[in-house]
Amino acid sequence: MVGNRTVTQLVAAARGGERRATARLLTLVEQGGQLADEVAGATHQLVDNAHVVGVTGPPGAGKSTLTAALTTLLADRGRRPAVLAVDPSSPLTGGAILGDRVRMVEATAAGVFIRSMATRGHAGGLALAVPGMVRVLDAAGFDPVVVETVGVGQVEVDVAAAADTVLVVVTPGMGDAVQANKAGLLEVADLFAVNKSDQPNAADARRDLELMLDLSDLTGHRRAGLPERPTIVSTVATTGGGVEELAGAVDDHLEALRSSESLAVRRQDRRSVEVRSRLDHLLLEASAAAVALASVDGSADGEAPGATAKRLADHLLGGPDHTR
Amino acid sequence: MSGDSPIRVVLAKLGLDGHDRGLKVVARILRDAGMEVIYLGLRQTTETIVDAVEQEDADVVGISMLNAGHLTLGPRIVDALADAGLDVPVVIGGIVPDEDRQALADAGVAGVLGPGAPAEEVVAGIRDAVATHGW
Ligand SMILES: Nc1nc2c(ncn2[C@@H]2O[C@H](COP(=O)(O)OP(=O)(O)O)[C@@H](O)[C@H]2O)c(=O)[nH]1
Ligand SMILES: [Mg+2]
Repeated sequence: MVGNRTVTQLVAAARGGERRATARLLTLVEQGGQLADEVAGATHQLVDNAHVVGVTGPPGAGKSTLTAALTTLLADRGRRPAVLAVDPSSPLTGGAILGDRVRMVEATAAGVFIRSMATRGHAGGLALAVPGMVRVLDAAGFDPVVVETVGVGQVEVDVAAAADTVLVVVTPGMGDAVQANKAGLLEVADLFAVNKSDQPNAADARRDLELMLDLSDLTGHRRAGLPERPTIVSTVATTGGGVEELAGAVDDHLEALRSSESLAVRRQDRRSVEVRSRLDHLLLEASAAAVALASVDGSADGEAPGATAKRLADHLLGGPDHTR
Repeated sequence: MSGDSPIRVVLAKLGLDGHDRGLKVVARILRDAGMEVIYLGLRQTTETIVDAVEQEDADVVGISMLNAGHLTLGPRIVDALADAGLDVPVVIGGIVPDEDRQALADAGVAGVLGPGAPAEEVVAGIRDAVATHGW
């Protein structure tokens, strides 16, 4: 029970369009634990209707402004977009300032559902929570579901990359394209926005990006899914310049996935990745517990650390029981 | 809400006036106290605040009002949240004369923080509002 409603009732209300219920379900998933499992159980068969779009790139590139412009346009066209905007927690205090809504006032007014989320210290938690939160929004009838993350940490990039369409936002100057390459963003991008194209050197930035893509074409360093080279769109998020073209490119990418039957493959991959990160999580918990419980000091029989680990692993994985 | 989740606070400034320096200071104080601050910034309306509280499933909302007007705007926010079915305490920051505090409390405002309130007082004001507000 949550307040006076069961998870099942909350899911029904969310699907009926009650935003408060959707918001509460998102909280439950974010907090993890048994209620999160219940929400997962109640939503996992109600999904795959939304186009999941990941947006990532360097801090300050204009991801939030662009996400707002894109989703506002789609809402005006009758779609029901939702945004999950992820920002880092302070490692010192666990607190966070989540400022993405500042750029999304118009989108809010246009009816876009926006949820801010902090990474909450343990980056592993993000990988566990975000897929479930996307499922809640999908089950609640939102489409597209846009996930914005800062493209600096591996987990943040992975979280945005677990999408049907991955949009990487870069800007002219500051060697954004080079940075994006280093951060591994080039390999995951289906689309690029060269944002702030009102600034000098926008043409150079585009050319840098093309060169970088030429290189990664040569090295074959692109993830599976679509053979095509990513589309590049020049945008000015603050004025809406290029946003229609971007919306078209986002739709076209989904269409291309559908017609090549890569959509199902991509979603199956996404599922495998999620199963994998949940399994990792469970194994980590189990190994911490095993080490806490078993005698591992080796003083009894002079066992080497590696041998102790092997013995515990055999036990955890159902092999011969050597625990004492 | 499970015990170890951070308090989620929506922070906004109503009306057209001024700059956001003070609001940013408050945001940092609350972040440093371990809270998650959903920062809306300047020029917010009752509607944008209610939308944010709803979508963010916030535990509390802090609203800064520089100019007088708290006696109408404060209760208006409280009522708008209640109308949306949101049972969330409202803390007001700004210059509120002592004689108005009781009126605000009667209207359902959970707390008032004066300008230049020290960090501990700001943090305690938000924490108390959450703690004393029934779920
Ligand atoms: N000149 C210019 N500024 C922009 C553009 N897009 C965003 N900005 C500004 O860049 C800053 C960072 O934008 P934000 O969307 O918060 O970036 P994020 O950190 O990537 O989400 C803000 O001050 C925006 O107003 C653009 O196309 N042109
Ligand atoms: Mg942002």
